[in-house]
Amino acid sequence: MTAVIAVATVLTALAGTAVVFTHHPKRQALTLSMLGLMLTLVFVALQAPDVALSELGINALVVPMVILLVAEKIRARR
Amino acid sequence: MSRRLRLAVFGLGAVLTGALLVIAFTGLPEFGTSHHPYGDRAVHTAVDEQKTSNAVSSVNFDQRAIDTMGEEFILFTAVIGTLVLLRELRREVEEGEVETELRRSPRGLSSTAYLTYAMLGVTTLTGLYVVAHGHLSPGGGFQGGVVLGTAIHLLYVGGGYRAIRKARPLHLYEIFDALGAGGFVVLGLAGAIVGGDLLANVLPLGALGDILSAGQVELLNALVGLEVASAVIVILARFLEQYAEVRIQGTAR
Repeated sequence: MTAVIAVATVLTALAGTAVVFTHHPKRQALTLSMLGLMLTLVFVALQAPDVALSELGINALVVPMVILLVAEKIRARR
Repeated sequence: MSRRLRLAVFGLGAVLTGALLVIAFTGLPEFGTSHHPYGDRAVHTAVDEQKTSNAVSSVNFDQRAIDTMGEEFILFTAVIGTLVLLRELRREVEEGEVETELRRSPRGLSSTAYLTYAMLGVTTLTGLYVVAHGHLSPGGGFQGGVVLGTAIHLLYVGGGYRAIRKARPLHLYEIFDALGAGGFVVLGLAGAIVGGDLLANVLPLGALGDILSAGQVELLNALVGLEVASAVIVILARFLEQYAEVRIQGTAR
């Protein structure tokens, strides 16, 4: 179990770094969504299914959706 | 404030916060041990006293329900903030005429449309299940509400902006949002009147593991589900509206 937690944590760190180094907001929505998925894995590994579900819904779905819409709005206005 | 002063203030704050974090973390119990003083008490209260098989839900909606009430109002305030910031401005209303003319967005493949309609049913059912079993299995009002709130947006994928606009009378969801948030407070006050404490769990507890058990936990879950689903729909609708209008402005020019 410790190995699974370690792998999931490392994946989360990698995904988080990817978000920081993604400069275009639209692409950032995708990497942020991946970060949400990796965090979901961490919470599953830590046996916290309730938090995992919230993480999956908010960080992997709703927040990227809002960012995509806002990025598109800003692009269109320019 | 000059750049140097700002950096100095930031540096001071960062060093102090860092030091506090290090001190706090060294005082934490070690990772991965079987010693969980708070967890043991919470699980005991949840399972033995409150007949709630999902201990997390018992903490969220019974033992520490007042925290959840606060969280619910954070979301409620966020919805109000979105509504105020993204309200229709006069200029945009004028451009609305062009919008209705051009809103017919190109549709995807009909097979995509059928698939998303089928998935809409499955996703909605999943959301309702997660809300309804919050006191029994992982999930609950918040998680199920998010599933329900996002499910309706499958219509946008399958049928475009028109389909989703028809499917969600927005003012109704604004009312649902307020009902969900207000209902939580009403139930809390009822607990205060009957049980003597705000959000005291005074409803019959039933037998552990039954669909009708845990007293107020499932009722609060349902209210939160209503609020969260409506909040997600209202917030995304506002952003979607802005997106659709601007795209039309772009084509009109």
